[in-house]
Amino acid sequence: MATVELTFTALPAHVRTARLVATAIARRTGVAEAILDEVRLAVGEACSRAVEAHRLHCPGEPVRIELRDDAGRFEVTVTDSAPSEDVAPRAPETNGGLIPEMDNLGIAVIAGLADDVEVLPGPKGMRIRMSWPASPDGVAAL
Amino acid sequence: MDLKLDHHSEDNLTIVDVEGEIDVYTAPRLRELLIDLVNKGNFHLLVNMEKVDFLDSTGLGVLVGGLKRVRAHDGSLELVCTQERILKIFRITGLTKVFGIYASVEEAKEAHGRDK
Repeated sequence: MATVELTFTALPAHVRTARLVATAIARRTGVAEAILDEVRLAVGEACSRAVEAHRLHCPGEPVRIELRDDAGRFEVTVTDSAPSEDVAPRAPETNGGLIPEMDNLGIAVIAGLADDVEVLPGPKGMRIRMSWPASPDGVAAL
Repeated sequence: MDLKLDHHSEDNLTIVDVEGEIDVYTAPRLRELLIDLVNKGNFHLLVNMEKVDFLDSTGLGVLVGGLKRVRAHDGSLELVCTQERILKIFRITGLTKVFGIYASVEEAKEAHGRDK
């Protein structure tokens, strides 16, 4: 099992970096090209949700992302440190307001993209684990 | 890639050209533009997403917010998009039923003309 771990300050600008790293490792792990867009979007959604939660509750704490190549699966776990009861992701609206009907849209998108998703909310943070099939040998074997 | 925004008016329609990535970092700029256009009396918007490389739920939220604003003035907000990877997120969230989505600016303009 190969693991890459990344922690980043809870800033929106870093979400793109996390997406790029996840996509690069997914490709190397052997995730099919046709699925890479789904990985990129799902990881971006999970990281955006975590960043928003941290900005509300603990802006100084980093968001953590783990990327694993595990027996023919590419697994990504995004972990935040914000209590998850009241941090449903919301799309920003004018003057810092929010669009209530967009609550949980990010998680709904992840559920529609990843083949296997586990969302574990908790008082000390939320963990979103998702995985996709990957070639057992990865592209490194090509 | 960053987000590039441009807009121009044709008849009664304001076309917003979007290029790049719409995510939690860049979506506020699109939101500000849509709000500004509506505040200046542009109530029929066509967002051309043909050069959008990435769209997430934050971007969807901004588009829904724009739609709510123009509808408050009996206006419209429609999209031009043919990229499967972008259309997929609209399908997953059921928003294909909320937005008019066209294959080209010309097609959208024709439809808009018929509806006037």
